[in-house]
Amino acid sequence: MIQLEDLTKTFSTPNGPVVAADKVNMTVPTGEICVLLGPSGCGKTTALKMINRLIMPTSGRIYINGEDTTQLNKFELRRRIGYVIQQIGLFPNMTIEENICVVPKMLGWDAKKAKERAAELTDLVGLDPHQFLHRFPKELSGGQQQRIGVIRALAADPPVMLMDEPFGAIDPINREIIQNEFLKMQEVLKKTIIFVSHDIDEAVKMADKIAIFRGGKIEQYDSPSQVLAHPANPFVADFVGSDRTLKRLRLLTAVDVRDIDAPVASMQASVEEVLVSAKSHANRIVVLIDADRHPVAYVTADELSGATGVVSDFAHDLPTTVPVGADLRAVVSEMLSHDTMWITCVDERGHFAGVVTQPAVTAALGQKSSSVRDQATDARLANV
Amino acid sequence: MFSAKDFSRKLQLLAMLFIGFYISWSGLYDEIATYWEDIVYLTQQHIFLVATSGLAAILIGVPVGIWLSRPAMERSAEAIMQVFNIGTTIPTLAVIALSMTILGIGFAPAFFGLFVASLLPIVRNTFTGLLAVPDHLLEAATGMGMTPLQILIHVELPNALYVILSGIRTALAINVGTAPLAFLIGGGGLGELIFTGIDLMETGMLLAGAIPTAMLAVTVDFLTGQGQFYFVSRGVNPLR
Repeated sequence: MIQLEDLTKTFSTPNGPVVAADKVNMTVPTGEICVLLGPSGCGKTTALKMINRLIMPTSGRIYINGEDTTQLNKFELRRRIGYVIQQIGLFPNMTIEENICVVPKMLGWDAKKAKERAAELTDLVGLDPHQFLHRFPKELSGGQQQRIGVIRALAADPPVMLMDEPFGAIDPINREIIQNEFLKMQEVLKKTIIFVSHDIDEAVKMADKIAIFRGGKIEQYDSPSQVLAHPANPFVADFVGSDRTLKRLRLLTAVDVRDIDAPVASMQASVEEVLVSAKSHANRIVVLIDADRHPVAYVTADELSGATGVVSDFAHDLPTTVPVGADLRAVVSEMLSHDTMWITCVDERGHFAGVVTQPAVTAALGQKSSSVRDQATDARLANV
Repeated sequence: MFSAKDFSRKLQLLAMLFIGFYISWSGLYDEIATYWEDIVYLTQQHIFLVATSGLAAILIGVPVGIWLSRPAMERSAEAIMQVFNIGTTIPTLAVIALSMTILGIGFAPAFFGLFVASLLPIVRNTFTGLLAVPDHLLEAATGMGMTPLQILIHVELPNALYVILSGIRTALAINVGTAPLAFLIGGGGLGELIFTGIDLMETGMLLAGAIPTAMLAVTVDFLTGQGQFYFVSRGVNPLR
């Protein structure tokens, strides 16, 4: 847990004192990612760097797991905090292994243990230790270097990590991949992380909590869905953008809004049967599945009404399907690109897993609830 | 890779080959051989002069360069470097002459003159090499909890080493090239054969001094080049 208490930094400049951080108060619970977000010069990086005392606070206190860090020697303090910067900062004169072992060595680990740790971590980010540990940073791609930058910070297993726009210099495609990898790692590692970003999309994706800064002050400190659904003031609303409702699509997955009880029928079912089940669900669409429950086609109730025979005669090809774990942004994007009001979800094995409709998506985004995420969880539980 | 350095080295070797042919053709070899004892003695003297003054310049120049590159020196470092830069513009012969006026004749003024002449490139390259280490490396190192001394030893010096060694290489080249002038102020060395040979119009004697001097210069350059190749980490070494 990280607690900042009245943290203040005043820089004296030739034009008089500048307040970079003004009585910042916040608590980041253990195992959560808190993103400090704001335009440049808003004090987010200053706030971050005061935590590992790269910048000395003018006043205020910082507690890490309840311990007042002002009492600690700054070198000891920093060795206990993982630090990742945008420029990565791998030491080019050292091999990857040496880079990872810097902090463990300073902490007095024996060489064998440190090397084992380096191999373990390299493996964790999907790089082959035999291939990469003895390379130099210049022999790695930007994405690989940033992965090493992250695991170097994790080397001595610090409970707390500070990340200063860690994925800012990576191309969008790789950034997405590394962010996902990092979130997956975080699920297991449960570090307490403070993460500086100026990218609202990244913040929404990574954060458990977002702190929006302006002029050294926190304007709003809340969960991503709260910040997007209920911006505290016009500045926050403006900063998160007029498309903030669309950004919330990211926070929900198809599971949260799908209708798992949507009617299905086999290809060989009779028209009458299908019409009955469509009526009972008040649904105009019935998805047809094969013997293995793979969705293969659909029929509309309108076309069936008054007809007889087997439904396969009226079947249309399914425009597309989405994995049930996909976020709503991807789902809506698929709907729009196929010009359809509904979409079929499939699970990992390709089995039918419900239907997502545009009204269901709209309803989920429109909820004036305290937390969309909470409701979504409720809905998920109700579906199980 | 075809660089000016490689080219000049090849040119040097070629020149030496032709000199070798010329010497054996003209019967100069026998003439030079008569100075063999002088050559051995004076070469030793010459190497001693180069080695001591060069080593002293490294031992003083590198720490001075480090000191000037520290953040505390940020304001005054440039001014001090200007003094060093003015020092470089003084011809080495003048430096030697000036040191004679202060220290008299013999080993001491020769040592001092060569020391001063080789100090400047070392200080300058150490200083600029250390300043060229990117800030984000220092930030990463500091953020990881390294002390300033650890940062200097494990991050700054290894990353600046190539540039520092280039300075040492330049300095030693200047040193070896200037060392024959030491004879003029009584410092001994192979200059004795060269200058006496010139005065007496004796080609054999002249070459008895000039050839070992040339060989020494090539050897020193080769050795420092090897040092640059092997001592600088592969991660920051442009040679490999």
